[in-house]
Amino acid sequence: MSTVAFITARGLFGRRRALLLLPLPILLVGLALLCRMYDVSPDMWGQAVIVALGLAVVLPVVALIVGTGVLGSEVDDGTIVHILTKPLARRDIILAKYAVAASVTTVVSAVPLFLTGVLAGSARLGGALAVAATVGAFAYSALFLLFSLVSRRPVLVGLVYILVWEGLLGNFVSGTKNLAIGQYVIAITDKIAPNGMMDTPVSLTTAIVMSAIFTVAGTVFAINRLGSFSLAGETS
Amino acid sequence: MTAQTLPAETPAATLGVVDLVNVSRWYGNVVAVNDITMSLNPGVTGLLGPNGAGKTTVLHMMAGFLAPSRGMVTIDGKPTWRNPAVYRDLGLVTEREAVHGFLTARQFVTACARMQKLKDPEAAAQRALELVEMTGAAERRIETFSKGMRQRTRVAAALVHEPRVLLLDEPFNGMDPRQRMHMMELLHSLGDRGHTILFSSHILEEVEQVAGLVQVIVAGRLAASGDYRKIRRLMTNRPHVFAVRSSDDRRLAVALMAEKSVAGIEIEATGLTVRASDYGSFTRVLPRIALDQGIRLHQLVPSDESLESVFSYLLEG
Ligand SMILES: Nc1ncnc2c1ncn2[C@@H]1O[C@H](COP(=O)(O)OP(=O)(O)OP(=O)(O)O)[C@@H](O)[C@H]1O
Ligand SMILES: [Mg+2]
Repeated sequence: MSTVAFITARGLFGRRRALLLLPLPILLVGLALLCRMYDVSPDMWGQAVIVALGLAVVLPVVALIVGTGVLGSEVDDGTIVHILTKPLARRDIILAKYAVAASVTTVVSAVPLFLTGVLAGSARLGGALAVAATVGAFAYSALFLLFSLVSRRPVLVGLVYILVWEGLLGNFVSGTKNLAIGQYVIAITDKIAPNGMMDTPVSLTTAIVMSAIFTVAGTVFAINRLGSFSLAGETS
Repeated sequence: MTAQTLPAETPAATLGVVDLVNVSRWYGNVVAVNDITMSLNPGVTGLLGPNGAGKTTVLHMMAGFLAPSRGMVTIDGKPTWRNPAVYRDLGLVTEREAVHGFLTARQFVTACARMQKLKDPEAAAQRALELVEMTGAAERRIETFSKGMRQRTRVAAALVHEPRVLLLDEPFNGMDPRQRMHMMELLHSLGDRGHTILFSSHILEEVEQVAGLVQVIVAGRLAASGDYRKIRRLMTNRPHVFAVRSSDDRRLAVALMAEKSVAGIEIEATGLTVRASDYGSFTRVLPRIALDQGIRLHQLVPSDESLESVFSYLLEG
């Protein structure tokens, strides 16, 4: 593991906000377990728990906490300087941080989604959710990493993206669905394990191509932004 | 030109020249740095200026963390902006004391050595920690450190690759006198060994003790540049503290004490040291008092070292 990745991972888990990663996955699996224990039919809870909570909230919010945690926090407290004053290609710094963000997000979201899918019906659904969440984790991570470099309030910008762009607008303006990572995740899940819970406005091809575009474009922009990282003086 | 006609080609190890050519930087419509041209060579240079003068802005431009709005900033001829390769030869200690507090000092400095791709990061870290006298606390997490210890750890991290150029923004802030003394000695010895060291300060005494060369910036402009003594001579022309000798020092002291423009008086065997709060009115009031009291003034010598007076003097001059 590169030194940048090591420091990034230590920083991510060393901060108290890492604890924020726990409640959502626990809630997700907990709800599914409860429904299962009381023999509620998955037809009744599947959509609400898996789609409305798991895919629309848990995955993007986990990605946001991690994605801004690997870079935004260091920018915020100024420790990023110690990494930037090294003769490292800015590309390698971003890639190291991206690798940490994407893999942590994958583990923290795909594992509970897999369990929830299994509880809701089949290992196939579980597997589909895990694969889709992995793709989503990679795309979201690139986006939120970029937000850490274009805004001083990346968490806020990320929440607006999740809640307003993907959440609200997605319901009214159909065009935004083509530009929402959440929709790609749903499309991929539904293609691997067709289920009655999801309506999929985007095709599988769109989902895969667009996820790749989000991932690559986010990373490339982030590399470029990091190259011009500025430290202004203190306003007095 | 052949090699023989050149004066023995400068070996790489003696480079480390930082050049600013007509550099300006503004934030919106605030001009923070105004057309500065300076050249730093091996040795210790002090960057002196009052709060808000533009010291941090200059240092950050040198360190490649800010694009100049105008002009060129280079180290050994290579631009520093958008050029991470310069960090092989450059160390920066920022004013803001952010560190990865969850690491121990040794982990932190070793990580910096690794990111510099040094051959033996552990040994380099050990050497750097020894230089700043932090080996005793090296296994403690940085978040448990005092301000001065953090500062020294950051210096160790900036030094671990033995950069030819080391930039430090207000490095003595928060250090106790002993730590300060040690840091000054360290900068001194690095300068003597041929490193180019630039440190900023708004305290004249700090600069006096470490740097032979001084760059004074006031309100974004280079107000004076050169040998410390030369600048000091300029400074003593525009003082706030005076050494006064008269026919009756005690009586003069009592009379002066009642004056608004006099902030303090010390009576010594050799005469009075008067601190004037207002330069103009004190110099007007003193002859009048002497006359009123029938005291003859033998000597009135400015002995001020307050930076404010240097700055206002240098600016007017
Ligand atoms: N990000 C910024 N936006 C607007 N103005 C700024 C910014 N940073 C610095 N300035 C202004 O630029 C000028 C120079 O600031 P700078 O921080 O370089 O001064 P300084 O000499 O380092 O001061 P200090 O001794 O307080 O550290 C000041 O007037 C400051 O208010
Ligand atoms: Mg400053």
